[in-house]
Amino acid sequence: MTELTKRNKSILSVIVCAVFLAAVYIGDMLVPPTSGMRMLFTVLEKGSVYALVAVSMNLLNGFTGLFSLGQAGFMLIGAYIYAIFSIPTAMRDSVYQYFEGGLIKFSVTENLGNALGTVMGDFGVMLGEHIGMIFLMLCAGILTAGVAALIGLPVLRLKSDYLAIATLGFAEILRAFFQWKAAGPITNSSNLLRSYTTYETPLFPVIAAGLCIAFIVLLINSSYGRAFKAIRDDEIAAEAMGVNLFKHKQMSFIISSFFAGLGGALLAMFQSSVASTPFTSNMTYEILLIVVIGGIGSVTGSIIGAYLFVACSEWWLRGLDSGAFLGISAGFMRPGFRKVVFAVIIMCIVLFYSRGIMGNKEFSWEGLVGFFKRIFSGKKKTSEKNHKTNTDKEKEAR
Amino acid sequence: MSKENVLRVSDITMQFGGVVAVDDLSLEVNKGEIIGLIGPNGAGKTTAFNVITGVYAPTNGAVELNGEIIVENCPQGKMKTLYKGKNNGKYKDVKVLTPDKITKLGVARTFQNIRLFKGMSVFENVLVAMHMNLESGVFGAAFRSGKAKAEETAMREEAMRLLKMFGLEKNKDDLATSLPYGKQRHLEIARALATKPKLLLLDEPAAGMNPQESAELMHLVEKIRDEFDLSVLMIEHHMQVVMGICERIYVLDYGALIAQGNPEEIQNNPRVIEAYLGVDE
Repeated sequence: MTELTKRNKSILSVIVCAVFLAAVYIGDMLVPPTSGMRMLFTVLEKGSVYALVAVSMNLLNGFTGLFSLGQAGFMLIGAYIYAIFSIPTAMRDSVYQYFEGGLIKFSVTENLGNALGTVMGDFGVMLGEHIGMIFLMLCAGILTAGVAALIGLPVLRLKSDYLAIATLGFAEILRAFFQWKAAGPITNSSNLLRSYTTYETPLFPVIAAGLCIAFIVLLINSSYGRAFKAIRDDEIAAEAMGVNLFKHKQMSFIISSFFAGLGGALLAMFQSSVASTPFTSNMTYEILLIVVIGGIGSVTGSIIGAYLFVACSEWWLRGLDSGAFLGISAGFMRPGFRKVVFAVIIMCIVLFYSRGIMGNKEFSWEGLVGFFKRIFSGKKKTSEKNHKTNTDKEKEAR
Repeated sequence: MSKENVLRVSDITMQFGGVVAVDDLSLEVNKGEIIGLIGPNGAGKTTAFNVITGVYAPTNGAVELNGEIIVENCPQGKMKTLYKGKNNGKYKDVKVLTPDKITKLGVARTFQNIRLFKGMSVFENVLVAMHMNLESGVFGAAFRSGKAKAEETAMREEAMRLLKMFGLEKNKDDLATSLPYGKQRHLEIARALATKPKLLLLDEPAAGMNPQESAELMHLVEKIRDEFDLSVLMIEHHMQVVMGICERIYVLDYGALIAQGNPEEIQNNPRVIEAYLGVDE
């Protein structure tokens, strides 16, 4: 068996990432907008957003052991903050038609685009808009984190199910607040926010989500990540070992919410219109489902789970609703049947892979090599042994 | 006494509702001593540990560490009427540090029913205990700043040294719960030592060990005391261990202190014999 050194592995990882990004870029240029393969990019974009949110939820639920169900609420804040501050001034009257053009009369992305446009022309406009987008995404994250810090003060004193109920409640309150008529001049009440600046290439959400996930992974592998895991495994022992429970829970909650808010902003860009209605607890359950399918306590699992989930619900199982699936057409394939099949698949996963696709393991090159060896060699016992030593080595590498 | 005092527990009473679990307990641990805390099952030994480490706030009484009060409380709320203990009114202040702060001040403990971090490796278990002394912030640690890197390396070296001392270096990457029972006990002690304590509280470290293993444990505890320059307060049921290494012994029965003294005095104390064996009718 060929051994991979640490250096070679990182080179390999960088190459794979670069090839993947290049493939996305070229693919995006080549595939015409009318082609059915366009779905691939939709899945890639939405999957990236969901992957980020799922990983942020996993940081809280899988690594810190805090069963929180507030993710949709935090995404909502992020999505709105992004949308509100990036609607071009000219569009504000039509978007806020029931609220006399709204209270806020500027657009961060537009203003920055114009400012840089006068200096550098078309490129400046694009650059300014992108700086504005990134700035607004960070603002969305920071404000969401701020709200989370306030909610965390009372809520994080609760444990397990009670924490779940309280966070779920807060998420619903947030949604109700954004739909409130009195807040209409800012949030447009329950009407759509649209026409705001959004990205043009699928590379944007992929890279943005990738960078955020990389940060979370680095955090998990640091000393703070170990403290989070200690809290998950045994609160009393963690406290006896000098880990300040509240401080670390709060930290995990705030960081998770920051990325949920940022993910919300990305989702707003993906959808190119935002209303508060879809951000129900249903959305939180979808993300929880991704985390569970991928494996609680595995970042890789959450990412794989997110793409699989989005691909299934948006693309592969669509045929079940429209009456033709894999060449089969039947009368019972009516709109909604997709969800039935989906539910069955999920039940199978929960029954037979109760720890999710990845369990609590992470991706490693050795693990991948071992996986293919197992498939091709067919010798189950020996290859299983290989796999085991691989995971051991992977731990050592860390 | 000329010896430097490390821990002074004064008049601790711990009452749960109407049940008095620890009744007016006072004890002292001086620098470099190994002190035993014994008593029949349910005597309140572990509760006393939980009060010292801040897990429970006592109903009345105070705990001092190196002359600094870390825990002090007096009956409050409905406890004012329920309180059955003594010394009511002697303590006025209310100060209960949380367990992590007390650990930071230099009290480390092990648990009666082993409480290792199940999902983490042996190595990580020890590393967690050093987290509290980390100076770099979240971002420094996540982005691997120079300072964070240096701290991490130092932590890893220190953890490795501790593991070697306990003969656990070969099991470094195993899951903590996959270790055999005796090694898990050792790992708990190693983890406690990683917090750099001045006082080590051992809750039944020899539970479930055979005579040979307990003999080894005795040597280990003495070695730890000398090498780490700390004091030890231990709860133990193995009389061989307690009588072998403890300089002084406190005996609890039904929450109250019934005897204290050196091993010989305790062995011949009629009240202790009575508590353990019952009275001759």
